[in-house]
Amino acid sequence: MAADLSTTHFELFGLPQSFEVDTEQLDSRYRELQRTVHPDRFANASDLERRISMQQATQINEGYQTLKDPLRRGRYLLELGGYQFDDEHRTTSDAAFLMEQMELRELLSEVREAEDAFAALGKIMDRIDGDAAILVAELQRLFAEAVPGASGQIADALTKMQFFRKLQQEALELEVTLEDEIG
Amino acid sequence: MALLQISEPGESTAPHQHQLAVGIDLGTTNSLVASVRSGIAETLPNAEGVHLLPSVVHYSAENEAVVGQAALTFAQTDPLNTIASVKRLMGRGVDDVKQAGGYLPYEFVPGSSGMPLLHTAAGDVSPVEVSAEILRELRMRAEQTLGGELQGVVVTVPAYFDDAQRQATKDAARLAGLNVLRLLNEPTAAAVAYGLDKGSEGVIAVYDLGGGTFDISILRLNKGVFEVLSTAGDTALGGDDMDRLVADWLMQQAGIDAAADHGRQRHVLQLARAAKEALSAEEVTDITVSRDDGSAWSGSLSRDDFNSLIAPLVEKTLGPCRRALRDAGIRAAGVQSVVMVGGSTRVPLVRDRIAEFFAAEPQVDLDPDKVVAIGAAIQADILAGNKPDDDMLLLDVIPLSLGLETMGGLTEKVIHRNTTLPTARAQEFTTFKDGQTAMSVHVVQGERELVDDCRSLARFELRDIPPMVAGAARIRVTFQVDADGLLNVTAEEQTQGVTSSIEVKPSYGLGDNEIESMLRDSMEYAAADKDARRLREEQVEADRVLEALQSALAADGDQLLDAQERSVIDAAAAALAEQRNGTDYRTIKQAIKVVEKASSGYVERRMNSSIRDAMAGHSVDEFES
Repeated sequence: MAADLSTTHFELFGLPQSFEVDTEQLDSRYRELQRTVHPDRFANASDLERRISMQQATQINEGYQTLKDPLRRGRYLLELGGYQFDDEHRTTSDAAFLMEQMELRELLSEVREAEDAFAALGKIMDRIDGDAAILVAELQRLFAEAVPGASGQIADALTKMQFFRKLQQEALELEVTLEDEIG
Repeated sequence: MALLQISEPGESTAPHQHQLAVGIDLGTTNSLVASVRSGIAETLPNAEGVHLLPSVVHYSAENEAVVGQAALTFAQTDPLNTIASVKRLMGRGVDDVKQAGGYLPYEFVPGSSGMPLLHTAAGDVSPVEVSAEILRELRMRAEQTLGGELQGVVVTVPAYFDDAQRQATKDAARLAGLNVLRLLNEPTAAAVAYGLDKGSEGVIAVYDLGGGTFDISILRLNKGVFEVLSTAGDTALGGDDMDRLVADWLMQQAGIDAAADHGRQRHVLQLARAAKEALSAEEVTDITVSRDDGSAWSGSLSRDDFNSLIAPLVEKTLGPCRRALRDAGIRAAGVQSVVMVGGSTRVPLVRDRIAEFFAAEPQVDLDPDKVVAIGAAIQADILAGNKPDDDMLLLDVIPLSLGLETMGGLTEKVIHRNTTLPTARAQEFTTFKDGQTAMSVHVVQGERELVDDCRSLARFELRDIPPMVAGAARIRVTFQVDADGLLNVTAEEQTQGVTSSIEVKPSYGLGDNEIESMLRDSMEYAAADKDARRLREEQVEADRVLEALQSALAADGDQLLDAQERSVIDAAAAALAEQRNGTDYRTIKQAIKVVEKASSGYVERRMNSSIRDAMAGHSVDEFES
């Protein structure tokens, strides 16, 4: 892989290494970079160039997705700082949070019985999105305060975020299943 | 060699010869070819001045296949040999076709690779071959109109087409002797046609209801970049289904048995389509259905009744609209305009319902039948290199998640839907038995949890894994999806660095060998002709490689290369220059490879330096105030 792409995603996009990301800057840098390397720029090029172009465009997409998404960005920042995630055994001990997760999960399982299943599902999805947004604000605060040794706390918040992500995914799958059923 | 051609500002490259390139909309009902001529993108008519080519192929024992309007005339008299709506069969398996068989009145026979073949008077043909006939017809039309051989084409596909359907489309184009520059998603093509026309910025939705497929895409337009945020749809939903609903109603009214012969069914379907089209302008339309016994039923259908017949179908398109908005993270109110594409968006109920859903007046200024082909032509013109200064860029997404089968028939997602392309993801596997040297990986596409509910794409057999104790081998499998949305898989054993071989068994599709043999069989590729063609192609490629390399070296060879590196490249280039004048295309091809290998490090350095240039002036400091 090419030398420049072994740098961090932040360096690639010319952005400061921080949880706060200027999304407008990120978006415009992304477009500039893709304009330079995207395979469509090499439609008539040799196989070699097309391959390199695809690898670089792939990596720029990867970097963009990582920096754009608070969950992935947060994880990436911790990992850059040397923090190691243990995904197999990670959970949270926050009882109130776990209760809420159970409640949301129960609501999802009851969607089918609702009079308008899609509306009911939409409401739950909005609620999950809202809760996830609150968590992002929390992450913002934790990263900004930069208290030494706060990595564990941040990792805990990221794990919670992961729970929401899973719920969002399940809700989307349920939506597709419901659509298939009415079709 | 575009990378090597990155030129300094103000320094112009050699004058460019205009390349003949076209965009092709390969539709379920109709197909079109368009090209940019004198700066204007327009669809190309046939000799009679007709632009739309019905996507119908008629086969007979005596004559060559007939395509288009001429084929359509056989629909009632010879229905089994008159293949229409073949797009619905692309990349589909025998079981899918059985499901669809109720309304596709053809005789299917199972082919190799799980792909169904259509039994015709001219023998068994695959959907890929039928599509290739349509593409060949459009190619001839384009070459006659434009006066030369086509250098490249952009072929459009429904955004919601999966890997198998895309691959089948690309295979059909290859079979028709076309050089595919890109498979472009239909809604994205439409957005290009509209976006460039209006110079619009912001978020738009493209609602594309064709003859047999439905797509919805949400895009963000920004200074020539068309970024698809999300896409959703249904590859088996379209205007054909409306026709069928009306036909069912007509048969009921006229007392025609649902098991009527194919010819009768075609007759009623054509009446149904005519009624649907009439009701786009009229409030009521009169219909006369002839029965087998020569008697006839006469009656009328009002727009209101028609609307209630098709309302469930229109509602069915709203689910994907909702999902696309959610995936894009945008509310209906955040969509600035809604572009209508596809002939079926002429139906007033469709327009009304979409206007209501997005709370925006749908845009219908461009001909919904032609807009996709026009967008494809614009993209083809740019990809062919006719507009070196144009900075239009299309960033598309993968429409359906890619996953792997895990224990218990469950799917594990590897690449999520609506990820921007190109994208790649590596996954590690290990052996579960001592000394295990082979392993099977099943790749599926879809959103459902169970493998059986997703579409099976391929089974990969990993071989030559070095024998080790269970769990010690680490096989890294990389899934790369290119800008066309096509998947490519590679595997490497990590602990010993052995590249495992992969045997790909596409679940529904043609192997490379089958394509090659079909190409050989097709008349245009007589053996002698083929070698001459290959030689010409390699010579052109050699010239292109050398020219690009020389101009690159002149620009920055001294800065980026040391004397040693330079001499290796120069030697390879000199060898190629000599081989180029030979008569064996294989030697030239080999010499090109040597040049590419010698210059690969240089090419990467140039790419990186162009990335640095793109970011130049954006120092990290400027944000740290």
